[in-house]
Amino acid sequence: MNDIGKSITKRKQLKQKLKIFQEERPFNKAQKMDVPKGLYEKCPTCERTVNKKTNIINDYICTHCGNHFRMRAIDRINYIVDSETFIEKGIGYITLNPLFQNGYEEKIQEYKKNTHLDEAYIYGYGKINNKPCVIGVMDSYFLMGSMGSVVGEKVTKTFEYAIYKRLPVIIFCASGGARMQEGIFSLMQMAKTSAAVARHSKMGLLYISVLTHPTTGGVNASFASLGDIILAEPNALIGFAGPRVIEQTIKQKLPEGFQRSEFLLEKGFIDQVVHRKDLKTVLAKLLAFHGGYN
Amino acid sequence: MNILEKEKKLIALEKQIDSLGNANSVKKLKAEIDNFKQNEMTKLSAWDRVLLARHQARPKAKEFINYLSPNFIELHGDRLYRDDPSIIGGIGTIDGNVFTIIAQQKGATTEDNIKRNFAMPHPEGYRKALRLMQQAEKFKRPILTLIDTPGAYPGIGAEERGQGQAIAQNLMEMSKLTVPIITVIIGEGGSGGALAIGFANKMLMLENAIFSILSPEGYASILWKDVTKAPQAAEAMKLTAYDLKDFQIIDEIIKEPPGGAHFDKEKVFIDTKVAILDTYNKLKKLTGIELYYQRNTKTRNYGFLQRFNYDNLGGIKNDIHKDFRDR
Repeated sequence: MNDIGKSITKRKQLKQKLKIFQEERPFNKAQKMDVPKGLYEKCPTCERTVNKKTNIINDYICTHCGNHFRMRAIDRINYIVDSETFIEKGIGYITLNPLFQNGYEEKIQEYKKNTHLDEAYIYGYGKINNKPCVIGVMDSYFLMGSMGSVVGEKVTKTFEYAIYKRLPVIIFCASGGARMQEGIFSLMQMAKTSAAVARHSKMGLLYISVLTHPTTGGVNASFASLGDIILAEPNALIGFAGPRVIEQTIKQKLPEGFQRSEFLLEKGFIDQVVHRKDLKTVLAKLLAFHGGYN
Repeated sequence: MNILEKEKKLIALEKQIDSLGNANSVKKLKAEIDNFKQNEMTKLSAWDRVLLARHQARPKAKEFINYLSPNFIELHGDRLYRDDPSIIGGIGTIDGNVFTIIAQQKGATTEDNIKRNFAMPHPEGYRKALRLMQQAEKFKRPILTLIDTPGAYPGIGAEERGQGQAIAQNLMEMSKLTVPIITVIIGEGGSGGALAIGFANKMLMLENAIFSILSPEGYASILWKDVTKAPQAAEAMKLTAYDLKDFQIIDEIIKEPPGGAHFDKEKVFIDTKVAILDTYNKLKKLTGIELYYQRNTKTRNYGFLQRFNYDNLGGIKNDIHKDFRDR
């Protein structure tokens, strides 16, 4: 067999491996990831106890006050994307420890095990009410969804894949900011992702950014704020500096509702606050308005 | 013994010279001082460099501008809300080349510092910077930015006016420019607040400047719940110019005299000017699109990671940039 033949066989084998890897993942089944440890949990706004199972069935919305609980990335995909259409892209990135921080690698391994994710961000091709798009979701359960080298790279790849396929991008942001453990490399991801948004935008393609609780720090100061359309979930914490840092700096208590979605809507930095139940319809409508490219 | 204590000792030694009458002992003491400068003052830990970067006497952005471009004209205001004194911007010539210069300015005195908000810009500062950069793009002027800030200001007003949005917008618009952008980090480079005017074709850095994701104090208090561990944090964060050169985040280091830039400001100014002009002369040869492309590829490669790329194995290259590049 000649060299080309060999390489093709090798490639086929690798593709086969990749397929197995994808099938192991629970995206295509209607399966919720957040297996409850205790039966009940406390709602942070109305302070009433909520049955976790009811909560999961109700898409992590409090049955009493409508508070939006944090949602895991896989649940989010199952909820937003049409069933059996999501194909994950950008698999196989490995988080390294550039600054040789003690215990960082172990921490990552632990989070990987607990969240069933490679990193705090997943993206892929999917359809929302039969309209194709590229969807990226950050998971705030993975080290507070912080943006390190791998997350930055995958966000950049999201836009590059969308440029290649001429597709709109939807990103659900949930992040505490840039990842401290990777130091300056995390900071430079801000520039990298912003440049990727610029390139995608230059092609005349749509980018919708959905801000969920919480979106702060380096993520807020890069791709999260650059959407053509910026939506937000109710009562999500959105800001550049965290409330604790601001309180320490100005040495006084912050007013009620400061840095929440409704506050930002009033100040004019987001287009609309959308309830989780309406999110899919709104996104589908917006995609339909910009459907000329598909 | 950290660098500030060493500096005090040096000053004490220098004072002794005046009190000594004997020519021979003066000579001896001078030799000792030279020895001390060469051996002790050049051995700097990361924390020493942090202290030097924040040193009160360290030359500020305005002093650099006065030397680099004596005919500098300052332009104020973001045309939207107000003028932010912590960022100064304007037009001036450096060795006959017209530059748009944007800099973060710390105050020399406490009063001045309060006026300048300790060089912590509000959103309007970044919007002013963006306005001047777009003006530079219109007139095809090169841009020089000088970074010296502890970070973007965390306050109620800043949040109300969209600090994050202002920084993000700056990063996005700077990536699109087709003029040379040269950045010099002259003191502290703190987090997104520094990067917001530092998306450059070439990034230069003074030897004792720092560039980091957050302050060593913040790092120590978040990760180790102990602010007094800041010196260890500085070491762990790899924020010095030499580390960043190793990581290929910055392109060039501008040397400083032993003991920091404030010991021989003139020399630092001359070296900075030479470095800037060298870089500019290289960038001048590139066309606008090449500059755009150089800046974007450079930024694209930031990051420290690994990937098993199934698609790229087996000899068939999956070049997703190709489509974009052909346009």
